[in-house]
Amino acid sequence: MSIWEFANPVRFMRLSGKVLPWITGLAILTLIPALVWGFFLTPDDYRQGATVKIIYVHVPTAFLAINIYFMMFVTSMIWLIRRHHVSALAAKAAAPIGAIMTLIALITGAVWGQPMWGTWWVWDPRLTSFLIMFIFYIGYIALWAAIDEPDKAADLSAILCMIGSVFAVISRYAVNFWSQGLHQGTSAPLVRPGEETQVSAVFWQPLMLSIAGFFLLFLALLLLRTRTEIRNRRITALRAREV
Amino acid sequence: MLPDLGKYAVPVLAAYASMIVLIAGLILLSVRTANKSKKTLARLEEKRAAK
Repeated sequence: MSIWEFANPVRFMRLSGKVLPWITGLAILTLIPALVWGFFLTPDDYRQGATVKIIYVHVPTAFLAINIYFMMFVTSMIWLIRRHHVSALAAKAAAPIGAIMTLIALITGAVWGQPMWGTWWVWDPRLTSFLIMFIFYIGYIALWAAIDEPDKAADLSAILCMIGSVFAVISRYAVNFWSQGLHQGTSAPLVRPGEETQVSAVFWQPLMLSIAGFFLLFLALLLLRTRTEIRNRRITALRAREV
Repeated sequence: MLPDLGKYAVPVLAAYASMIVLIAGLILLSVRTANKSKKTLARLEEKRAAK
């Protein structure tokens, strides 16, 4: 079976209808225990105190903010090259989720930064690129809403998405290639065999579970919203035939 | 029972509260829109089949 078969809206609706309840259940079973574990059952950090509990919200939402934009970039490319409507609608469906994740990452970063850095906000490369990425999310949603002709809206928003992807890349790697700035390196580095993690297991394990939970929540919302977009497209087509 | 958050209670609770409000809003909006479009499509399909 080819992945392109799911570009057929009927097949996509059939398959997504079957997996959506399972992914939703899995998201609930992962995210709620992860947040309870992180908030109630982890100790304070010796330097950050109780503010360390913010990482179980901030890191997964920041991770998703960047990766949802990357997903939108890929699906926009598929739309522009192969003209599969499901991919354009998936990008459209993902944008509000990405915008909310970015907003949560910005808010939780600010409330953590105030007691730890002594400021809510600095024009640090990562923070600034994150803010610009949030503006691109809003612009992308607004562009879809502003154009009535669906293919034209998909084309123009796909181009906007590609321009904004520069800031998604900068958001991801700014801490690596910009030496100035307050934001520290990644809190959840990939661990190679034989290497020790930079984060103690007592914090790292609930963090990984929280990332998995937020990812599953994103997947469930993405499927739900893409199904809605496909239905809305069908509604528009049926109404056009009535006129 | 809340854990003892000490002097950082306000930032920690603000972070979790803002996340819960925004995620709950997103879920509610997504579910409401999904239900609305499902009902509208079913009605239009019925109307089309009746013709």
